[in-house]
Amino acid sequence: MGTTLNGAATGTANYVDERTSIGGFVKFFARKIFPDHWSFMLGEVALYSFIVLLLSGVFLTAFFVPSMTLVEYTGSFPTMRGVEMSEAFSSTLHMSFEIPGGLLMRQIHHWAALLFTASILVHMARVFFTGAFRKPREINWLIGFTLMIMSLAAGFTGYSLPDDVLSGNGLRIIDGILKAIPVVGSYMSFWLFGGEFPGEILIPRLFTAHVLLVPGVILGLIALHLFLVFLHKHTQYPGGGRTHKNVVGLPLFPVYTAKAGGFFFVVFGVIAFMGAFFTVNPVWNYGPYDPSPVSAGTQPDWYILFVDGALRMMPGELFGFPFEWVIGGYTLSMNLLIPGLIMPALLFGFMAFYPWLEAWASGDRGEKHVLDRPRNAPVRTGIGVGVITFYVILALEGSNDIVANLFHLSLNDLTIFSRFAIFILPVVAFWITRRLCTGLQRKDHELVLHGNETGRIVRHENGEYIEIHEPLDAQAHWIRVSYEDIAPLDFAPQFNDRGVERKGYKFDRFKARLSKFYFEDRITPVTPDELEEAKHQHH
Amino acid sequence: MSNPDQTPHNDAPESFKDPGVPYHRPRRADVDPKAAKRAERQVAALFGLSVLGTIIALWAYFGLDISDDIASIQQVNTMIGVGIMLAMLGIGFGAIHWAKTLMRDHEMVEERHELRSSEEAREGAIQNLKDGVVDSGIGAAANGVPRRGLLKGSLITALAIAPLALLVPQIGNMGGDWNISKFRHTMWKQGTRLARDPDGTPIKASDVTIGSVFHVIPEGLNELETHKIEEKSKAVVLLIRLDPRDLNIQPGREDWSFDGIVAYSKICTHVGCPVALYEQQTHHLLCPCHQSTFDVANGCKVVFGPAERPLPQLPIALDSDGYIVAQRDFEEPVGPSYWTRLKTPAVASTGEEASS
Repeated sequence: MGTTLNGAATGTANYVDERTSIGGFVKFFARKIFPDHWSFMLGEVALYSFIVLLLSGVFLTAFFVPSMTLVEYTGSFPTMRGVEMSEAFSSTLHMSFEIPGGLLMRQIHHWAALLFTASILVHMARVFFTGAFRKPREINWLIGFTLMIMSLAAGFTGYSLPDDVLSGNGLRIIDGILKAIPVVGSYMSFWLFGGEFPGEILIPRLFTAHVLLVPGVILGLIALHLFLVFLHKHTQYPGGGRTHKNVVGLPLFPVYTAKAGGFFFVVFGVIAFMGAFFTVNPVWNYGPYDPSPVSAGTQPDWYILFVDGALRMMPGELFGFPFEWVIGGYTLSMNLLIPGLIMPALLFGFMAFYPWLEAWASGDRGEKHVLDRPRNAPVRTGIGVGVITFYVILALEGSNDIVANLFHLSLNDLTIFSRFAIFILPVVAFWITRRLCTGLQRKDHELVLHGNETGRIVRHENGEYIEIHEPLDAQAHWIRVSYEDIAPLDFAPQFNDRGVERKGYKFDRFKARLSKFYFEDRITPVTPDELEEAKHQHH
Repeated sequence: MSNPDQTPHNDAPESFKDPGVPYHRPRRADVDPKAAKRAERQVAALFGLSVLGTIIALWAYFGLDISDDIASIQQVNTMIGVGIMLAMLGIGFGAIHWAKTLMRDHEMVEERHELRSSEEAREGAIQNLKDGVVDSGIGAAANGVPRRGLLKGSLITALAIAPLALLVPQIGNMGGDWNISKFRHTMWKQGTRLARDPDGTPIKASDVTIGSVFHVIPEGLNELETHKIEEKSKAVVLLIRLDPRDLNIQPGREDWSFDGIVAYSKICTHVGCPVALYEQQTHHLLCPCHQSTFDVANGCKVVFGPAERPLPQLPIALDSDGYIVAQRDFEEPVGPSYWTRLKTPAVASTGEEASS
């Protein structure tokens, strides 16, 4: 029996190989080494929730009718009977209440989408804080960044499809922001809606974008993203035997096939659990889109909160200074453009191009495959925490009515507070984080020089009491001394010896200032010299 | 990792030595055959749980009774969900448990190679491209192929404008009639009765008691065959009656209200959400989307939040039957600002437009 199976397998392998030379690929990939760390699974969560999205999405497309034609509801959900609604909304109710497993799949799809966007952001944060975006991975950072933007596009287009009153108001907000764009804004609104808001063609257009264009782009980018991961080989955390020139870990087959493959089923299982037990987006409670009603405490999906928060935070006028300007008879709504377009553009632009900023500051041109411990890059870690603080303040302001209600605070006070906090708290968070990092580095320094306290007090012959310190073990020691020490960059002076300004000086000066900001205050790793000296002082 | 600038002043080495990959620590199952056997049984049990999950999902689909009520279908949903959950988690945890307890876990080292191509490959690549350029005739004349400068320019021009043939019809068609002057007009005309949203019954002034609010649509909106929602998106109005002593009538609008009854556009001047929440005590209207707050007693001026402009007021009067009617359309576009909001539209407009 065994030999027959083997024979069949060999036969198939031979058949395929003779037509594809797949043998070479299998030889190359099967035992490829992957390093192990829990934080490497964050990107996997994103990938797997996307697969769950595809699977559950196929189910939904079989029942959803992307049409804005108005019909009278006659289905089984009692409170909606007789209500006039679009076919999109009525088919959503139909699949929720008349198709066995339909509501389950809707909820699985929605939870998977929320998890997809969340895991992408957390994965990005992991890559950022460990410096995994450094050479040669800058391009892959940019691909990952684009995937993050596409996940927001996928989320928003999907959220709008049921044509319920909440998502309709979300679209109306988009319409308002579009109209604020100078010169072309009104026409962009007409372009999107096929005429005046909301038109009669938007849902079919969003549907095509949601099931074809956006996922197509995401699939292509994922393929590229993973191809580059394979090409670069995975980064690894610092530790004994780990260098920029090797990769230490376990083979793809069988260990990671089982672990990562198994993890897909875990992610799917957890999402199925959420879909089965936790209601999400109960559109039957909101009702079909109608431009007239809206209820208090309305919230967009979480990943849109930061823009909504910015819109809430921005004052229409401040101390009598209006943010809607009329220039030559044309209207420029800065109270919409700043929060709705300029802020996201600056935030996303900074995120997208951060790897190059840091490369200018460090001047390092080598390949980096060993990750940084966040404490060993205090300025980067501080910037990351600062940006997260900025984002969280916006997101909280995006649910300020809920927060105010929950904590019995004044809504207006919260908004006024957030207008100050958005400028002050990110800087404070940056500063505190940087200090915490250098503090942790000093602690590492101390541990390397003096070892761990053992709690054993010994009295010397001369009556002196000392506590015995135990030196760190080889691995713990190595992690604390093996990080790279980067000094601020120096550049050639402004003028050459004939007093002529050097070409490229201005950019060099910018890089030098950046470098000083990053690396001026730094804790250098303990050298063997210092360790020797510390030992001598003890004896 | 080494730091060549540092000169040692004692016997210490220049840098610390990498202790190498940590020693492999054996797991229970590596040393104890009983533990290994136990782990094997656990993995098999987890796979078995997955099979059970699939059976539960199929049983829920085929076996559970779906009557016409919602509770029974919810039950089917939950049980299919439980089945899928077990089917997936069983496989997942089983595979991971297998990898973590039983598969060999000795760390292995693989060398990386620099991503940069070898000098030889780079030179070869450059030479190949150069040869191609020469062969095509784009570059300088060589190997008997003359330079054909005309081709490069004309090809680039052709490629640059060819997308227009595709994109212009695509984008051009998507915007419908592109008539953005529609932003200026709503369904309100002289004599249009104010009607209740959503049933469309007209409102008498005597129905409106002090402190009450009516959500209003123009009479006839519900009978529209086309563009009903677009019209509703612009035309919705809030009708509020204040004690006339509280109402601070704006100059030039003395005849726009009637005995403390005022009508304002419900569409927020910020981004167009319906301004639906009225606070009777303060006469404030709050937009639940971004909390722009408008003071009804003072011409719906903005008192808080991101909006910058007051809500447009609809001039109202009474008709001979005592119903509240519009005097005319709004005098300014309702809803959010846009670039040409204050410009007279180029497209031909109604007579009312010229007066505004």
